[in-house]
Amino acid sequence: MKTENQKAWFFVLPVLLLVAFNALIPMMTVVNYSVQETFGDNLFFWQGLDWFQQILNSERFHNALGRQFLFTGLILAIEIPLGIAIALAMPRKGFWVPVCLVTMALPMLIPWNVVGAMWNIFTLPDIGLLGYFMNHTLGIDYNMTQDPFAAWVTIIVMDVWHWTSLVVLLSYAGLVSIPDAFYQAAEVDGASRWSIFRYIQLPKMKQVLTIAILLRFMDSFNIYTEPFTLTGGGPGNSTTLLSIDLVKIALGQFDLGPAAAMSLIYFAITLLVSWLFYTLMNRDVQK
Amino acid sequence: MAKITLSNLRHSYYPNPSKPDDYALKHLDLSWEDGGAYALLGPSGCGKSTLLNIISGLLVPSEGKILFDDKDVTHLKPAERNIAQVFQFPVIYDTMTVFDNLAFPLRNRQVDEATVKSRVEAIADMLEVTDMLGTKAAGLSPDNKQKISMGRGLVRDDINVVMFDEPLTVIDPHLKWKLRSKLKELHQELKATMIYVTHDQTEALTFADQVVVMQEGEVVQIGTPVELFERPTHTFVGHFIGSPGMNILPCEVSGGKAMFNGQSITLEGEIEAGEGKSNEIGIRPEHVTIADNGLEAVVSKVSDVGRHNVVEAMVGGTKVASITEESAPNPGESIHLQFDPAKTRLYRDGWIATKSTGA
Repeated sequence: MKTENQKAWFFVLPVLLLVAFNALIPMMTVVNYSVQETFGDNLFFWQGLDWFQQILNSERFHNALGRQFLFTGLILAIEIPLGIAIALAMPRKGFWVPVCLVTMALPMLIPWNVVGAMWNIFTLPDIGLLGYFMNHTLGIDYNMTQDPFAAWVTIIVMDVWHWTSLVVLLSYAGLVSIPDAFYQAAEVDGASRWSIFRYIQLPKMKQVLTIAILLRFMDSFNIYTEPFTLTGGGPGNSTTLLSIDLVKIALGQFDLGPAAAMSLIYFAITLLVSWLFYTLMNRDVQK
Repeated sequence: MAKITLSNLRHSYYPNPSKPDDYALKHLDLSWEDGGAYALLGPSGCGKSTLLNIISGLLVPSEGKILFDDKDVTHLKPAERNIAQVFQFPVIYDTMTVFDNLAFPLRNRQVDEATVKSRVEAIADMLEVTDMLGTKAAGLSPDNKQKISMGRGLVRDDINVVMFDEPLTVIDPHLKWKLRSKLKELHQELKATMIYVTHDQTEALTFADQVVVMQEGEVVQIGTPVELFERPTHTFVGHFIGSPGMNILPCEVSGGKAMFNGQSITLEGEIEAGEGKSNEIGIRPEHVTIADNGLEAVVSKVSDVGRHNVVEAMVGGTKVASITEESAPNPGESIHLQFDPAKTRLYRDGWIATKSTGA
């Protein structure tokens, strides 16, 4: 005997259509391109998995992927501990709470390409505040348009400047949810500052930190606008991250087939790493 | 273990208290004997938790001193006072096992592992949590979590006092009783001074040898449960303890006699000399009996609470409660009430004003 109400499908339908229109269909177009060769005029030739093979075997892709993992790894290694440290140092109550929160939120309100442009001007050796200060006041040779190391330092500092706040705000939310009794009990138990962090604060922040790491991983792994505006991927290819390389192939060289194959591989990696991380972090919770 | 003395203690949460109402604790002089089981009883906001936090060292009092034996500990940190505190909501360290939770206060004090093991096992045995020692503490039920946080307090053998801040609030009713008797048992076994804060009179009266009743930042009476019940020194105590509380009846005093509703009421003893703004007669419903003669009253409500009936009757415009084990009259019926003279007290401005006859 079936008394299920099938009407619910009608309510889901608009969302399905919307998602199909803005995600599924464009995605399938990419899949379509990734297995064919085109010379314009809507002429397509079946290519099978050739493009995928080509991309996976190309040194250029390996290098870009390596740079991408290096970039993401570095910014996570800096932003997560730094964000936690700042959140721990923030006041829990009083006048300074809103001041801190607003100050923290400010960098995140600035559009990505504006951040890139700002840092571009900021670091110019002759007129930029930072560039001038480094070169003329401190006497350090700093020119990120010529020196790959300087370029790397700059994109990392820029990302830390832009996004550490996200980790701070999420960690802070986790911290303020801890009842006072936990701190009082720890004090009575004679716990050290480190033990309080290790056994009370960190476990209570675990959930929000998982979200913070996940968001920062996805965002930084897919990052395009800021480094492109700042360095354009240079000097040479030294800061050409995956997304910058992808745009070069797709729009610069107009190699739609390889670019489509690369997009799908790129997407698969992001998805895989996020899934692995999330599953590992939630192993205990689901038990 | 130590005797705890609170001397001339006052505390205010304001930086510059000016009027008495600014003080959460108004002048306390108290001492707690070594090994006693005390309860701090009072309604929410009466200052009991403040007092507890001052003893544990989480708060530094605005004025006065705290002595453990003869040592001034007023400015010592909680960890330096060798005390233990159990909070309203169970505090456990989620990521640790039950064993590590219990071992935590010992390990923080660099106790050697062999001692840690024997102490933890002894405490786990007393609390009946031995079979859980290896499990993660996060998954425990609230009553077991609270047992673990009690255990963390009791595991050290050098503690001066164990304090409980309404520890049974989040525990299911049928487990409350079990945990409470467990506590009583632990007290007898460990002989540690225990201070138990609660607003629940049953908890206070069953746990403690001595109950300290507080109201608006002041101690109104200290006594054994029997003393508090039999001869409250303040109408607040009379009203707060008992179910229903003491009948507090406005009366007039003239020529050494108390007049209630136009009738002279015999009291336990002579009225002490003095003047006051208000006079009240206090008598517990247990000592009001329905009789053939006495105060005329009209029954307004009868509640059957199981063991006995609570009869509420109006004498003039004043409600008087009486507890009777026999069949109760019906509402609307006219009855006569008699007060047991030996249990009838006079209160002047809230404080007892009859001389005890020693009964």
